Amino acid sequence: MKEKKRKKKRVIPGFGLSLGIVTAMLGLIVVIPLCTLVIFSAQLSFSEFISTVTRPRVLSSYAVSFRTAFVAAVIDAVMGTILAWVLVRYEFPGKEIMNGIIELPFALPTAVAGISLTHLTTTNGWVGSFFDRWFGIKIAYTTTGITVALVFIGIPFVVRSVQPVLESLDPQFEEAANILGANGRQTLWHVILPEIFPSLIAGFTTSFARGLGEYGSVVFIAGNTPYKTEIAPLMIMSELQEYDYASATSIALVMLMAAFAILFINAVVQSRASRIVSGIA
Amino acid sequence: MNTKKNSGPVKWLLIGICAAFLIVMLVLPLIYVLVTAFREGVGAFWAAVSDEYAVKAILLTIEVTVLTVIFNTFFGIFAAWLITRFQFRGKKIISTLIDLPLTVSPIIAGLIYVLTFGRQSALYPYLKAAGIQIIFAVPGIVLATIFVTFPFVSREIIPVLTAKGTDEEEAAALMGAGGFRIFREITFPHIKWSLLYGIVLCSARAMGEFGAVSVLSGHLRGKTNTMPLYIELLYQGYDFTGAFAVSAILVLMAVLILILRSVLERRGKQETLDA
Repeated sequence: MKEKKRKKKRVIPGFGLSLGIVTAMLGLIVVIPLCTLVIFSAQLSFSEFISTVTRPRVLSSYAVSFRTAFVAAVIDAVMGTILAWVLVRYEFPGKEIMNGIIELPFALPTAVAGISLTHLTTTNGWVGSFFDRWFGIKIAYTTTGITVALVFIGIPFVVRSVQPVLESLDPQFEEAANILGANGRQTLWHVILPEIFPSLIAGFTTSFARGLGEYGSVVFIAGNTPYKTEIAPLMIMSELQEYDYASATSIALVMLMAAFAILFINAVVQSRASRIVSGIA
Repeated sequence: MNTKKNSGPVKWLLIGICAAFLIVMLVLPLIYVLVTAFREGVGAFWAAVSDEYAVKAILLTIEVTVLTVIFNTFFGIFAAWLITRFQFRGKKIISTLIDLPLTVSPIIAGLIYVLTFGRQSALYPYLKAAGIQIIFAVPGIVLATIFVTFPFVSREIIPVLTAKGTDEEEAAALMGAGGFRIFREITFPHIKWSLLYGIVLCSARAMGEFGAVSVLSGHLRGKTNTMPLYIELLYQGYDFTGAFAVSAILVLMAVLILILRSVLERRGKQETLDA
């Protein structure tokens, strides 16, 4: 009712002005440059495009990017959920600080995070020497190092996505489950997880997509060995440095589609979840 | 009963895991930067950050950040006003487009501006004739930074305005208040804290953007090198003390931003409680 009324007559002033400003700025900053990418790639022949994006070195960079971003997103999903749980359900000294620190990866420039994590995880770094001596695991300049950097980048996305949902989840449901005889594990799997699942997927996909495109923190820790620790954004960068815009654009297009596919999966999960919650299956 | 019995040890185990994770992943890198920056004494730190090129990089970073924040705040307020105050066709498309830059890799963000304004672009002859250089120059850096932080301000305001509803503004408009007066006296007090928070987030990302800026900068020392790019330059030249010294400034800024963030969040919450 209300919406229909508003459609008929706009009471609040400024519609034309804000629509004009917003579309103009969107057009200049986002739409036109992105269209240039599409226009430019349309000039490439299809076989040229395919041969560029299926070069072995490019293919292996996709593989490295996907694998590390996926593993990092899984680690973020698990740790992020635990962090959100701890921050919502428990009271303990230092909780405020813990809550504030979560957003550090948003505030700290990625290049700074990159060089610092690299120095920490080399075989004679503070953390790296420990893992090297006791477990024989090398972190910096391997795919493990890339994963570590991506875990750093992605952790706030999951926490900030799950936290509000957990906050609004009434502990009464858990109590009810307990009274009905469910044990802790059953309550977790059948009561809590289904509730936070959509937000968990949202956080997971955001950190996955962000990880696929991340450059600043990764270039330092990756070592950038061809076929082993070269990520896809780095491939785009090195094509650009050789002024090979056609190859750079082709690789970028594939990455862009991958990112959109991940977002699409998230959108499907979200709409399905809201249908389940609202009961209109 | 079950939870009560379990919660003691489980609680502290989970808190311990979280604390260990955060200390190793987030706090240790911070401490490491500060320790390495001052490893060779305050003198070496000061020499590194007061270097001619370091100062130029700091000034350029401030310039880019200020321009980006002004642009995105202006845009963010209008975008939030448009999306939360009016119903119109194509609204969904506009709000999707606003969020789009978040999913585009910074490198691709740089690439699209190179394609738009670079040598192979249709615009290039005109730009050259007009003597405007965008890529490998400061305007390109600013554009790329605006792109990667585009939705930061609007995303913070939109949820607040949506929750608030439009009743008050409608009433004011019916009583004859003009657009600017409605915004200043009714809307602005509600979004004050979230707007500030958005600005803080936007400046944090703007001063630290690396990928997109790296594509567009051309890496001219003293001309188009922002702080993150200057750090990369020092690092690749094995000047680790210098690299970490300049990083230390950014770390201090990051800590300041986190403190500001929690203050703003608390103020915002308090005011909603009071209201």
